[in-house]
Amino acid sequence: MEMLEIKNLHAGIEGKEILKGVDLSVGKGTVHAIMGPNGAGKSTLSGVLTGRPDYKVTGGSAFYNGKDLLSMSPEERSWAGLFLSFQYPIEIPGVSITNFMKSAVNARRKALGLPELKPAEFLRLLREKMAFVQMKSEFAKRDVNVGFSGGEKKRNEIFQMAMLEPSLAILDETDSGLDVDALKIVADGVNALRNSERSFIIITHYQKLLEYIRPDVVHVLKEGRIVMTGGPELADKIWKEGFESING
Amino acid sequence: MDDFLKDITAQEYKEGFVTEIEQDYVPAGLNEDIIRTISAIKKEPQWLLDFRLDAFRKWQNMKEPRWGHLDMPEIDYQNIIYYAAPKKDSDRPSEIDPALMETFDKLGIPLNEREALAGVRPKEDRQVAVDAVFDSVSVKTTFRKALADKGIIFCSFSEAVQEHPDLVRKYLASVVPSGDNFFAALNSAVFSDGSFCYIPKGVKCPMDLSSYFRINASGTGQFERTLIIADEGSQLSYMEGCTAPMRDENQLHAAVVEIIVEKDADVRYSTVQNWYPGDAQGRGGILNLVTKRGICRGEGAHLSWTQVETGSAITWKYPSTILKGDYSTSEFYSVALTNNYQQADTGTKMIHIGRGTRSRIVSKGISAGHSQNSYRGLVRMNPGAKGARNYSQCDSLLIGPLCGAHTFPVIRNGCPSAIVEHEATTSKISEDQMFYCGQRGIPPEEAVGLIVNGYAREVLSRLPMEFAVEAQKLLSVSLEGAIG
Repeated sequence: MEMLEIKNLHAGIEGKEILKGVDLSVGKGTVHAIMGPNGAGKSTLSGVLTGRPDYKVTGGSAFYNGKDLLSMSPEERSWAGLFLSFQYPIEIPGVSITNFMKSAVNARRKALGLPELKPAEFLRLLREKMAFVQMKSEFAKRDVNVGFSGGEKKRNEIFQMAMLEPSLAILDETDSGLDVDALKIVADGVNALRNSERSFIIITHYQKLLEYIRPDVVHVLKEGRIVMTGGPELADKIWKEGFESING
Repeated sequence: MDDFLKDITAQEYKEGFVTEIEQDYVPAGLNEDIIRTISAIKKEPQWLLDFRLDAFRKWQNMKEPRWGHLDMPEIDYQNIIYYAAPKKDSDRPSEIDPALMETFDKLGIPLNEREALAGVRPKEDRQVAVDAVFDSVSVKTTFRKALADKGIIFCSFSEAVQEHPDLVRKYLASVVPSGDNFFAALNSAVFSDGSFCYIPKGVKCPMDLSSYFRINASGTGQFERTLIIADEGSQLSYMEGCTAPMRDENQLHAAVVEIIVEKDADVRYSTVQNWYPGDAQGRGGILNLVTKRGICRGEGAHLSWTQVETGSAITWKYPSTILKGDYSTSEFYSVALTNNYQQADTGTKMIHIGRGTRSRIVSKGISAGHSQNSYRGLVRMNPGAKGARNYSQCDSLLIGPLCGAHTFPVIRNGCPSAIVEHEATTSKISEDQMFYCGQRGIPPEEAVGLIVNGYAREVLSRLPMEFAVEAQKLLSVSLEGAIG
């Protein structure tokens, strides 16, 4: 059984169908890239998988480690090990990164039947993971995403991913708005988290990030369907010839 | 988000228990005889009885204020018991009934000094002295002796009348005159107990002082009076808390707080108001109709109000400062949270008289359920307030589609060199914020608590530490059920 099994998934927003029958399997410990032009349904797919309330599923199924993902609340999906690095991370004024992460880590531990982390244990974990994405310690005191630069926001997402140690991480356009240095920090972070148990879905419409994070499988999403699947060389082909060259 | 939110909510109110204890009552109703009886029980001097009777006559000619954005129930003033006190054991009149000790213990208010010193609070410098008021009487005031060593008077109002009549007579009603408003006049006529505090010149109070008000008896109201005097160059941090049992009836709480701050003195007054708010359908709850006012009398005096209002069916309350001394300063920091059918009309008045006076207002309203939450404020610059400044910021946060938030700021600037600034925002907890929290594994109720506490942080950070922790929990608990 694959970790993630999506079959004939149809979904949309405000009555408009965007995903028109997506089929996708992601195996344990693999990195999948999903590429596609603007409006292809890439962000809809990440939203539907993580349970964004404004998207409505109209058909098909998505199973995650054998569980019916589509019947679970966003937090249940998170506890099950699903993580989304947001394309546009959300600001929460007055809530420090430390407090936010403490709530997240402990809510998850509670759901898994584990005791809450003691403050000292939590701080140790926090420091370790901040160093991992080269964040300075004062960063933890700042309000979640408030006044962050584009690069800081994305690094914060990768930091949270490192804190929560998901089994499947979806990176939604994590490369957009990043300069080369920030891109490299993010990619190094992701690469360091790669292991035989953890899978990634990297959503992008540039191939740049894929030079740093080499995917095992590349899919092309176009007009709400996966129209082509191949190895890493597919990303290079798209980069040279454009999405127009891909016909389903 | 609309289908995500439930408007009818079930609240958990942990302090809603009743203490079974025998009480002495005066008969229900209000007339001169009742007032004479209360005054006689308290063995008051003639001048104080005269003060009460004068206030009563004023009150009889006044009308309930109707300008608040409140749907006020009819109050039958002849159907309220104005005095209720636990019976004393005639053999041991000085002993406190164990049931009362237990009650305050349960509320987290230790009345046993030795225990308070040993256990609950780690450092002696974070020690808090408390005047515990149960219905119409002060049960105990802790650390009186330790404070007296520094010349500080901290006792119940009734004791102050007996032991320091000159101070009481000098300052009583000097900030809130007995005819100031309908509810202040009512309080002046029937007030039963409360706290009294005097900090002498140049003394920094070695611990936080506090009053804790508990309503217990049914059919009664609570009418306490607090008088705080901070003499020249003194410093004081004062905290006030309150709770009441859950009942289907409305109960009236009409208090008066007066604070006198002399030259270069510094008073910080913090309130965490947790009166019973009524049930999810809006039945019962305390009517909290309170007049709080301080005066910065001398140059460089400072008075800061911080309030976290989560309780009461109706809150009508405007802690205010008269900035009389030149270069005196004042702040009002407020978080008012309403849920279910609660109504709050609260804010402040900053009256600038002296030159170079400064004030700052930060008000954070949070409305959920069917509640109505209003900020009402007055900033007045008198002609002599040269170079005075005020900055006001009024924010409203709405949770769900059925609640209301309103802002009524009034500015009267009679001084050309004075500057008044006002900013206001209204926001909602966004679906994006909720989803972001959910994606990180934080369930909806916890997410709302987190976001609301973040929104209120600027105010919460002004509270003394123990109070801040309590207030944070209270904000989350008060919103329980606000999200389905």
